[in-house]
Amino acid sequence: MVKTVVIKPKVDINKVNTHILPVDFEYYEPRTLRELVELLDKLGPSAKILAGGTDLLVQIKQRAVEPKYVVNIKKVRELDFIEDRGDYLAIGAVTRLRAIEKNSLIAEKFTALHEAVRAMAGVQIRNMATIGGNLCNASPAADTAPPLMVFDAELKIVGPGYEKVIPITQFFKGPKKTVLKYNEVLAEIRIPYPKPPTGSAFIKIARTAMDLAKVNVAVALRVDEDDYIRWIRVALGSVAPTPVRARSVEEELIDKRFSEEIVRKASRLVVNDISPITDIRSTAEYRREVSKVIVRDALLIAYKRVRGV
Amino acid sequence: MERRIRFRLNGEWVEVTVKPNELLLNVLREKFGLTGPKYACGIGECGACTVLVDGEPVLACLTLAVDVDGRDVVTIEGLARDGELHPLQKAFLEHGAIQCGYCIPGFIMVAKRLLEENPNPSEEEIREYIRGNICRCTGYVNIVKAIKAAAESLRAGSSSHT
Repeated sequence: MVKTVVIKPKVDINKVNTHILPVDFEYYEPRTLRELVELLDKLGPSAKILAGGTDLLVQIKQRAVEPKYVVNIKKVRELDFIEDRGDYLAIGAVTRLRAIEKNSLIAEKFTALHEAVRAMAGVQIRNMATIGGNLCNASPAADTAPPLMVFDAELKIVGPGYEKVIPITQFFKGPKKTVLKYNEVLAEIRIPYPKPPTGSAFIKIARTAMDLAKVNVAVALRVDEDDYIRWIRVALGSVAPTPVRARSVEEELIDKRFSEEIVRKASRLVVNDISPITDIRSTAEYRREVSKVIVRDALLIAYKRVRGV
Repeated sequence: MERRIRFRLNGEWVEVTVKPNELLLNVLREKFGLTGPKYACGIGECGACTVLVDGEPVLACLTLAVDVDGRDVVTIEGLARDGELHPLQKAFLEHGAIQCGYCIPGFIMVAKRLLEENPNPSEEEIREYIRGNICRCTGYVNIVKAIKAAAESLRAGSSSHT
């Protein structure tokens, strides 16, 4: 007598097949922002916005999302720009990471943002992925979020018949969650030019050059002629449900005279601002320890940049 | 809801009917028989599916076919001229930069754009530029050498490929 042994697969093959998109959807290519918002309003919450596709298409392949409608935002040309507007720089939401990386004004004035983009994935992904997509995907590890937070960036959000501007610190609501309603679009990012002399820096800890961050940090600071810190921002990613400002560190250092010693002490306070978890990329303990170190390192680099050394 | 799209493929305008959820990689391989771009990880980690769209390297496994309507697509099959291999292809052969070969079309497409942007890259710049491509055989040393050699021969202008 032959016994039949049924081997149950441990994984559902339909959720790991990455060869095709296993979901049928209707596809739209609006050409203007107005058309885009009207369409989203009409289609309702089962529509997904497609920008670079490097997050959304992976999620569809793994059936983490199964959209009924996919709305390609990349044909909305008015959202693809980097523009100097006097007291702030505006970046359109569908601007590719590669364009941001190559922009010399950003490299000079917003060094931490330049470094963050350079640290992201490979050149192919940076040719595809957009800054708006990186923010709207709302990964706690999003590399563009901490630098935008330290520069006090604001986000222009457009809905049906209205627009509003909010600080980026109010944008993230949790992992994969933002304040955007289904019929609202992130249209542009506005970054005020910091008063000179300001220095900034970005540091990311990851297993390989292609990986998402275990921890990332951006800092920006301004010191006066006597080395007193007159303005300071510190923000981290991948150590809380959303990217976070390290306000304990900022408060400890503001109006203090810059020294390695005081920076080292203040950096330890970062543990009060973060709530890391253990996941596939790292442990909570490691994240807490390494956060102190990279906050310190980033502050020292940013200071050297203020001093031009 | 199928769509008729038209795009330039390795220099010639082509037309094809696709569904909105069809990926560029599968369309190139299955409808045009261009098996140079490879499927490997499928999630943007490995670079084996790299093609040039409007001259820039992108991942065909994460690009909707409908998205290249009206645009210019080049695969590894589009690099040879009149039966003569591109200097990058020659250099990869000459330097033994190929073992199993699966990742090589992706490396060459990325390297092509690198050498357009930077005709004389340092080893560090090459390694930085190819970090989105994974090779599990060679250890990259000969790949880097091949790209350096191709850069030299392109600078010397010893070929019709410019």
